[in-house]
Amino acid sequence: MTQTSPSITQTSPAMTQTSDDRALHVLEFPGGYTRSTGPVIGRFLTGLRAGRLLGVRTPDGKVLVPPTEYDPRTAAALGAADDDWTEVGPAGTVTTWTWVADPRPDHRLDRPFAWALIRPDGADTALLHAVDAGSKAAMTTGMRVHPTWRAERTGSIKDIACFVPGEGPGEVPALENESELEPVSLVTIPSRLEYRLRPGNIWNHFIDGMARGQIRGTRCTTCGKVYVPPRGACPADGLPATEWVDLPDTGVLTTFAVNNVPAAGAPEVPFISGYVLLDGADIAMLALVSDVPWQDVRMGMRVKGVWVPEAERTRSVKNLRWFAPTGEPDVPFERFEEYV
Amino acid sequence: MGNPCAVIGVGQTEYRAKRTDVSLAGLVREAALRALADAGLTFADIDSVVVGKAPDMFEGVATPELYLADALGAAGKPMMRVHTAGSVGGSTALVAASQVQAGRHDRVLAVAFEKQSESNATWALSTHSPFSASLVVGAGGYFAPYIRAYIRRSGAPANIGMMVAVKDRINALRNPYAHLKIPGIDLELVEKSMMLWDPIRYLETCPSSDGAVAMVLGSERAAAASAAATGGRPAWVHGAAMRSEPMGMAGRDSVDPRAGRDCAADVYRQAGVTEPRRQFAAAEVYVPFSWYEPMWLENLGFADKGAGWKLTESGATAFDGDIPWNPSGGVLSSNPIGASGMIRFAEAAQQVRGQAGEHQVAAAADGSRLALGHAYGGGSQFFAMWAVGAAKP
Repeated sequence: MTQTSPSITQTSPAMTQTSDDRALHVLEFPGGYTRSTGPVIGRFLTGLRAGRLLGVRTPDGKVLVPPTEYDPRTAAALGAADDDWTEVGPAGTVTTWTWVADPRPDHRLDRPFAWALIRPDGADTALLHAVDAGSKAAMTTGMRVHPTWRAERTGSIKDIACFVPGEGPGEVPALENESELEPVSLVTIPSRLEYRLRPGNIWNHFIDGMARGQIRGTRCTTCGKVYVPPRGACPADGLPATEWVDLPDTGVLTTFAVNNVPAAGAPEVPFISGYVLLDGADIAMLALVSDVPWQDVRMGMRVKGVWVPEAERTRSVKNLRWFAPTGEPDVPFERFEEYV
Repeated sequence: MGNPCAVIGVGQTEYRAKRTDVSLAGLVREAALRALADAGLTFADIDSVVVGKAPDMFEGVATPELYLADALGAAGKPMMRVHTAGSVGGSTALVAASQVQAGRHDRVLAVAFEKQSESNATWALSTHSPFSASLVVGAGGYFAPYIRAYIRRSGAPANIGMMVAVKDRINALRNPYAHLKIPGIDLELVEKSMMLWDPIRYLETCPSSDGAVAMVLGSERAAAASAAATGGRPAWVHGAAMRSEPMGMAGRDSVDPRAGRDCAADVYRQAGVTEPRRQFAAAEVYVPFSWYEPMWLENLGFADKGAGWKLTESGATAFDGDIPWNPSGGVLSSNPIGASGMIRFAEAAQQVRGQAGEHQVAAAADGSRLALGHAYGGGSQFFAMWAVGAAKP
């Protein structure tokens, strides 16, 4: 291909780490996972909604609470017959516990409490729940506790607000229309993973460049290949990148997709995502293509970066908004085929 | 290759958009019990359990193998989970087979599953770090540029993808387990369906399915015992291999990845295959987007480079062609992602066992030729394949 020669800067790749360059990274499925319970777990949850603790009997006479769908010992299916079920507790005995001195924001109690394994009377296993004992000194293994039930129950282990010391049994507030409700078969499980990610030295130097409108790549000193975005190590040779390369923001669109599937966080449809082989690079980078009707986008089109105005730039790849056609003649397929 | 290893039991659930009647555990259990029944066994006969599924974000269960141990009778036995993105079903089967080939176990239960209705795979595949931008939506957004490059490179006519979409859905009508059943499917229906990720239309893409598949892999001794008990015949593993390569590497051919070619070459060498089109009676190949049939026809050596689409166009890969591809309807008709690779492996085994029912390829049933099972995953970077036959190698 006819390409401008990339300028090479012989700086060391070890960059200064900014004091706090961590960024929040959240993985959270909108609305939560929709989990089908199956008949056994569904029956247990339906029991909780009614303010009852249900256990399932194994063939050898053990009562499991919470119930399992299959016997952990023999793998036999459990709970198929009504006779396999039994109500337990509600009072029970703490078999072991740990004190939570500083409750987290998502804990159900806003004051210090114990996580405890509680064996309900009549059960052979213990279930995990919170015990609101007031103080650590009030907690003992072997202590007697009973559940306090929430008024708004949905078929969840959280229908038990917590356990409290004493035999109880405690009150079960009536649930409106309970007899008309369908058995629980589907539950929504919110799940949120929160990370604080560091970009790392290589990516930091890359986004520093992007803040100045400069695209930076790395060159492998063994195979000579220029990577953009840069790599800490060459994917082919495994060697650390030691050479930075400043690249122009011009190149050729090697191939692309016209996206008509809308998604949160993605551009408005239809949008073009494609691979741009920057002049002087040895691998095409994924980028958006815009300022052109989607019908007119072509493989081999010459493109140039469109940047966020200088005053609005941040340390982000998003400074490079997209690539737009330059109007130069298309590059013949044979000249860039090996980069597809 | 180690000791001989045979598929002695296969079990599949019906593949559906939503299986809200069962939990994840209930779903895998269903497939496992069917595989055990097929092999004339119970959980007590199993030495080891290997579980495979696609990324955890799909259902939000981080260690599914622990949660599923009760359902799969794994108490007191070795149990492990395999993960190689979309190819995981295939690599799970190969890890299970390796436990038999190594002489470590006689009977290994391999199970793969996905319950896509619990989440949204397109969302799970479209997350991005805070330092990058979201440029791709789902697997279709990722693969569409490579399909465009294949079309440009091979000069294939635009209707080839649609032909595959129709062919695999017609095949699915003969498969009782298949998810998508579209009676009257034809080129016009496919062409009129919405363009999702140009050049991929709605009907050229795979569905989102709930489902599980299980296989019992056995040693010579286990195969003989099962055959005596059930009267069924095993499928013997003649060749098995996995390969991987980096997703982004300068000079990498993402359309025709070297890892796929190397993986096939390894399997063919073990199985003595020099002419895949002639020596295989059927192939179950991971084709989640219709154009991947001609692309993999070339990658797997069934056609010369640039000529895969001609095989499709000629009808050679149709159910009545000389080398039927995806007689079960393939991934285009059923796609519980983590299971999809193992379904390919299991369907290949069913063909040489003569157990494929209405979608049995006659030439595969007589046992003289082999069948190919194939899976790929990630950015076309993980490959798993096996060749199976009725004769003991």
